Amino acid sequence: MNTFRIGGVHPQDNKVYSANKAIIDCPLPKQAIIPLVQHIGAPAVPIVEKGDKVRAGQLIAKAGGFVSANVHSPFSGTITKIDSFVDGWGARVPAIFIDVEGDLWLDDIDTTPALVRSGIIEPKEIIDRVTAAGIVGLGGACFPTHVKLMPPPGKKAEVLIVNGVECEPYLTCDHQLMLEHGEEIIVGIQLLMRALDIKQAIIGIEKNKPDAIAYMQKLASRVLGVSVKPLNLKYPQGGEKQLIDACIGRQVPSGALPIEVGAVVDNVATIYAVYEAVLKRKPLIERVITVTGKHVAKPGNYRVRFGTPLSDVVALAGGVPEDTGKIIGGGPMMGRAMNSIDMPANKRVSGLLFMPEEESRRTAPDNCIRCAKCVDACPMGLEPYLLARQAELEMWDGMEAHNIMDCIECGCCTFTCPSHRPLLDYVRLGKATVGGILRARNAK
Amino acid sequence: MNIVLISLLVLGATGLLAAVLLFVIARQFRVEEDPRIDEVAEALPGANCGGCGFAGCRALAEACVKAETLDGLLCPVGGAVTMEKVATILGKEAVAAEPMVAVVRCNGTCEARPRTSEFDGSRSCKIMHACYVGETACPFGCLGCGDCVAACQFGAISMNPETGLPEVDDEKCTSCGKCVKACPRHIIELRKKGPKSRRIVVMCVNKDKGAPARKACLSACIGCGKCQKECNFDAITVENNLAYIDWQKCRLCRKCEAACPTGAIHAINFPPRKPAEPAEAEPKKEEEQA
Repeated sequence: MNTFRIGGVHPQDNKVYSANKAIIDCPLPKQAIIPLVQHIGAPAVPIVEKGDKVRAGQLIAKAGGFVSANVHSPFSGTITKIDSFVDGWGARVPAIFIDVEGDLWLDDIDTTPALVRSGIIEPKEIIDRVTAAGIVGLGGACFPTHVKLMPPPGKKAEVLIVNGVECEPYLTCDHQLMLEHGEEIIVGIQLLMRALDIKQAIIGIEKNKPDAIAYMQKLASRVLGVSVKPLNLKYPQGGEKQLIDACIGRQVPSGALPIEVGAVVDNVATIYAVYEAVLKRKPLIERVITVTGKHVAKPGNYRVRFGTPLSDVVALAGGVPEDTGKIIGGGPMMGRAMNSIDMPANKRVSGLLFMPEEESRRTAPDNCIRCAKCVDACPMGLEPYLLARQAELEMWDGMEAHNIMDCIECGCCTFTCPSHRPLLDYVRLGKATVGGILRARNAK
Repeated sequence: MNIVLISLLVLGATGLLAAVLLFVIARQFRVEEDPRIDEVAEALPGANCGGCGFAGCRALAEACVKAETLDGLLCPVGGAVTMEKVATILGKEAVAAEPMVAVVRCNGTCEARPRTSEFDGSRSCKIMHACYVGETACPFGCLGCGDCVAACQFGAISMNPETGLPEVDDEKCTSCGKCVKACPRHIIELRKKGPKSRRIVVMCVNKDKGAPARKACLSACIGCGKCQKECNFDAITVENNLAYIDWQKCRLCRKCEAACPTGAIHAINFPPRKPAEPAEAEPKKEEEQA
């Protein structure tokens, strides 16, 4: 079995526009805005003040709790203010504003592209360096990585699953990263295996990336315990719980974390960041993002430092196409439409997709015909038609009883619905409301 | 013949037994209920809107009968007239309550607050609030999908297609509070109806600083505090870059309305201002001369 068992859909992958385009470095901006919330959990607390001079790689905001992450300055320059900005989705985000001057790094950071093989580093030291570097999962959820590396007492990780699936249509940044930095990723995997004290790692890659599979297989064959698992195409294979099922055939119980079945899942981009943090002492200050779309002049994969305006990256890719109807931050399945690209790049945004006007319109919804296609498609085994109806009628208790909190918001239900019902819209409304109710109850 | 007799007897006996049983049971397990509850329920409008805070009109009737005074118990739909009737039935004193009305605190009309994007999901404020920031640049203002219109059982709210904002009909509004709960952005508020339905309201809930608020909407409250200085009755507070008029303190002098640089403060149901302006301007000149 080479895929997960429950649900899933097969959207057209559309990766052709930006696939195999070499990663291009985005030039430094004049002014940068570094958001303090780039992860799940508490916002980071700034430790610099207006007027301070900072160097690239310097810590500028400390994690605001255990589930939080440090934020480092990606640029050298002067702090002009600590304020907030409105992001592309309308949320107000606290941030540090920097005037960029030159590109001066902290002395102990190795910025050369030379490959460093791992020396003997204690597991604790690895975890400390990952924590200090502010690394979060770059697959989309932005869960702080150090939390995954410290399993709760009594739980033991048995296998590291490396997420090279990239099941979102259009996105190619992880694919390109594997092709260009495969060796570093393998070293990163070894580091994580040592940190977690485990003997086995599986790299899951979908079969629409045969070059990446061949390359990673070649590299993995030299390392004991690391193997590549080619997977059949199915969305959302890159979901943590789906990937665990696809790779080792174990089902994570409802409400539990992957560690419950002995698995730790990390994205290839995250593992590359771990390699850089541990062996090159370079904190997480940049990532590769895909800028793509049918009519984008130069679609491709761009390495962007956090804080660079997304409009700069788009300019590099040839500007916003004239017939753009919708700009999506992330992939087309899970990403959200943005109303502005005047926001800084951050750890969250993995891609920018420009949909032409004629493709961007939703079809008008019809009545539910009770075909249960959404039930078949749901990878979490939920009943989206029911949850959507309950959200419409504000039956929050019922939604909780039907495990709304298990929803991963993958969008399979809306994608598959023959009546074009906006199921995910209602499910998101319900999940947000029920989540709030649960938090209020737990706080009591 | 025999068969007919037997069936008559059996049926008659069963009926008699059942009658006796029912009589005994009805006596034994009788629920004592105040007959006044029915009377009070009769006097209430029967809309079952829940505006009083109870689950329907009968629940309010029960509460009225049980309560020692009618203080705090009010049918917003029937208002003072209904409560007077209830008070007569119960032989208690009616507590006069201020008539209230729903107020939509957003004046971001299509002109003042242009659309910057378009949401093509469900036309529902709840959904738009959960999934998107809204079609204008203001993250606080009215989303314009009409959840409040759908929530109103009395047809008191309607969308004005020119402004894109909901409007409340003072005559029809019963201040049941359904729209207040339906609005995901908490724009609608119940306020004192005021003498001759006159009231002064800050028609904005934007908590952004002046510049971004103004950029999003020409008639946003920018939190400048001019109205606060102008007010002689301490009715206005400015918090989080947003002015708020306490309707319990406001004396409807309209000074704040004139002071507001963006026109966010609205005086509702007042006569046109024209004759008042020269009267106000004159004393100022006198002061200057003095």
